[in-house]
Amino acid sequence: SAVLQAEVLDLDEDEDDLEVFSKDASLMDMNSFSPMMPTSPLSMINQIKFEDESDLKDLFITVDEPESHVTTIETFITYRIITKTSRGEFDSSEFEVRRRYQDFLWLKGKLEEAHPTLIIPPLPEKFIVKGMVERFNDDFIETRRKALHKFLNRIADHPTLTFNEDFKFLTAQAWELSSHKKQGPGLLSRMGQTVRAVASSMRGVKNRPEEFMEMNNFIELFSQKINLIDKISQRIYKEEREYFDEMKEYGPIHILWSASEEDLVDTLKDVASCIDRCCKATEKRMSGLSEALLPVVHEYVLYSEMLMGVMKRRDQIQAELDSKVEALTYKKADTDLLPEEIGKLEDKVECANNALKADWERWKQNMQNDIKLAFTDMAEENIHYYEQCLATWESFLTSQTNLHLEEASEDKP
Amino acid sequence: MEQAPLDPERQLQPAPLEPLGSPDAGLGAAVGKEAEGAGEESSGVDTMTHNNFWLKKIEISVSEAEKRTGRNAMNMQETYTAYLIETRSVEHTDGQSVLTDSLWRRYSEFELLRSYLLVYYPHIVVPPLPEKWAEFVWHKLSADNMDPDFVERRRIGLENFLLRIASHPILCRDKIFYLFLTQVFFFYLADSRLKALNATFRVKNPDKRFTDLKHYSDELQSVISHLLRVRARVADRLYGVYKVHGNYGRVFSEWSAIEKEMGDGLQSAGHHMDVYASSIDDILEDEEHYADQLKEYLFYAEALRAVCRKHELMQYDLEMAAQDLASKKQQCEELVTGTVRTFSLKGMTTKLFGQETPEQREARIKVLEEQINEGEQQLKSKNLEGREFVKNAWADIERFKEQKNRDLKEALISYAVMQISMCKKGIQVWTNAKECFSKM
Repeated sequence: SAVLQAEVLDLDEDEDDLEVFSKDASLMDMNSFSPMMPTSPLSMINQIKFEDESDLKDLFITVDEPESHVTTIETFITYRIITKTSRGEFDSSEFEVRRRYQDFLWLKGKLEEAHPTLIIPPLPEKFIVKGMVERFNDDFIETRRKALHKFLNRIADHPTLTFNEDFKFLTAQAWELSSHKKQGPGLLSRMGQTVRAVASSMRGVKNRPEEFMEMNNFIELFSQKINLIDKISQRIYKEEREYFDEMKEYGPIHILWSASEEDLVDTLKDVASCIDRCCKATEKRMSGLSEALLPVVHEYVLYSEMLMGVMKRRDQIQAELDSKVEALTYKKADTDLLPEEIGKLEDKVECANNALKADWERWKQNMQNDIKLAFTDMAEENIHYYEQCLATWESFLTSQTNLHLEEASEDKP
Repeated sequence: MEQAPLDPERQLQPAPLEPLGSPDAGLGAAVGKEAEGAGEESSGVDTMTHNNFWLKKIEISVSEAEKRTGRNAMNMQETYTAYLIETRSVEHTDGQSVLTDSLWRRYSEFELLRSYLLVYYPHIVVPPLPEKWAEFVWHKLSADNMDPDFVERRRIGLENFLLRIASHPILCRDKIFYLFLTQVFFFYLADSRLKALNATFRVKNPDKRFTDLKHYSDELQSVISHLLRVRARVADRLYGVYKVHGNYGRVFSEWSAIEKEMGDGLQSAGHHMDVYASSIDDILEDEEHYADQLKEYLFYAEALRAVCRKHELMQYDLEMAAQDLASKKQQCEELVTGTVRTFSLKGMTTKLFGQETPEQREARIKVLEEQINEGEQQLKSKNLEGREFVKNAWADIERFKEQKNRDLKEALISYAVMQISMCKKGIQVWTNAKECFSKM
């Protein structure tokens, strides 16, 4: 943190961000910060639920409270990040900071640089073009907040990434932003764009080992399928919403009708209330879908893009080695230093491959669990929806039958 | 074709045997004669009661529909659908039915029958026909008259129409109805009275009950139209929700090819998604029948209005007659007393061209007195006619109201039953899918 302090003093621009963080600084006197929540790891486990590795958790992160900041140049949103940890390397057990989307992009970039063949969790998209009226509508912000929360927690759960130096993103009070802002996000993704890089990655593909060929096939097919599932799921949500909108109008017409039918008043009013209850059940089903299924599927769409990037990087690393080997073989360049360079590169390739292999297995396992859970939840929501509607209509039918029996007994002399 | 189960209410009561008349009597003549006979009895008293043609209990069904091509009135080729009407008489003793008549008719012939009933039973709420064009369609349903689903629903609607007539205490005895069921050549000339039904009149003293009835029928028509429109939109959306799930089936199946552990679960879950998606077709077909039940009452609203209009027509006629009588009486009075209070052309010409002779005046008074007498008789009989009409009309309206309450309640209950069935299917499919997902 001493290093970071020095970097803060070097800032000459980005007054706006500094304002934000100085606000934080005034709030965040770490010594006097008293958490409302208990700090024992056990109670933390009980309070926050994650999908995997819950018993060994020693780092808990929440992302909440989006806040809008208006400056002369721009308007942007910051999110509050609360970190609780029992790890020794942290100065404290509680941290609260505010970060904006760009900061998350920076973190991701740094992680990709440091671990080119690890599967870095995806970030939510920068913009969503379709159906967006303005950048800061509430649904968009909420969706993004949830995704950012997921992003940080996935990093926390990752055996390697969780110890990455730049994960101090969570705690730093003042923040060195100018360098990452100048470079812009996705430094590594720019690497693939030069002609040389493309050519070299092609070479990497040619010599790709069998197991990575298989992996690549899987990634390609998975990407296709998950994209389709994403589209289908979004479409289902849209159709359910439109169904809900029409249903809202349907019930009240029966009430209107009951005004002109004296003998059918009760029946019509009962039908109207049944329809309204089913309508509410539809609303609940829709929100279940948007909470449980859509974010998970979408995250895996982004993951599939990540995976393709990881594959490319692995291929590029291998390509570097292959081009040196080629140079040695055909005596293209100065061959004195080559054997040593090749040795280093061989190590690099082996490291990269091993890292990817291990992470791949882990990722696949997580994916299966997540998908299984998401779809099981979706099925559960639907079952619940139909059960509610069934109960509604069955009770209507019972009341009609009872009425009929009452009337029949009244008619008896 | 499925036939509706035997409903005792829908079978005709047995009636005493009466000869039909000579079997080769030209139908046109037969129709014409009976039509005249019916025409004079505009009070609606059933002139047909002494001609009861039903020997035993009768079953009527519209059992088939067939596409035909023929030439129309302008000698142009056209395609239309013909419907087979079958009449069976049921033996008392063993319940066996014997086919007594069967013939093919097209929709326009049913229309002729209904027009006839409207004219000759103005005080009766005449059952409506199923719709001519498909209305309130949601997108998957065809608006094409030749579409098999539409034809099938129309077949059921036409059968329902005939059964409604057959179960009406007065209409069931109509000879033309009998001829419609049994004689191949059915011929009825449009009556000017039909045109009169569509005109509007300004009545000075409307009967409140009929005014209220007209308002009710307007409300009924408006609310049912609205309901049918929204129902069609809801059906459309529901169709969308179910069908999109079908895509899961395809994609899950493709995905399962690359998954080792998840593959089986995905594949079988996908199958259930297909089942879910295809279940909506039957569900919505059932709902169409519900919509048809409501549509019948939508069209009944028009039949109610027809009775109101007929009453208005009679009332107007009565008022005109009364007015005419009053003015003649006044004219007469003036001639007798010599005072001229009202303007008349005769009065003017007299002033311009000179007084008329006493003989001329006497003659005129006499004519007027005769006319007044006649007018008073007519007015009396019109009044009587009017009261008879009102009495009979309200009897039928009460009958109609009971029928409507029963039918609509039944329809609403059947709607609930449909929803319950849909929910049960949904629970089953998703429970199966959930099991597959949890095994992944």
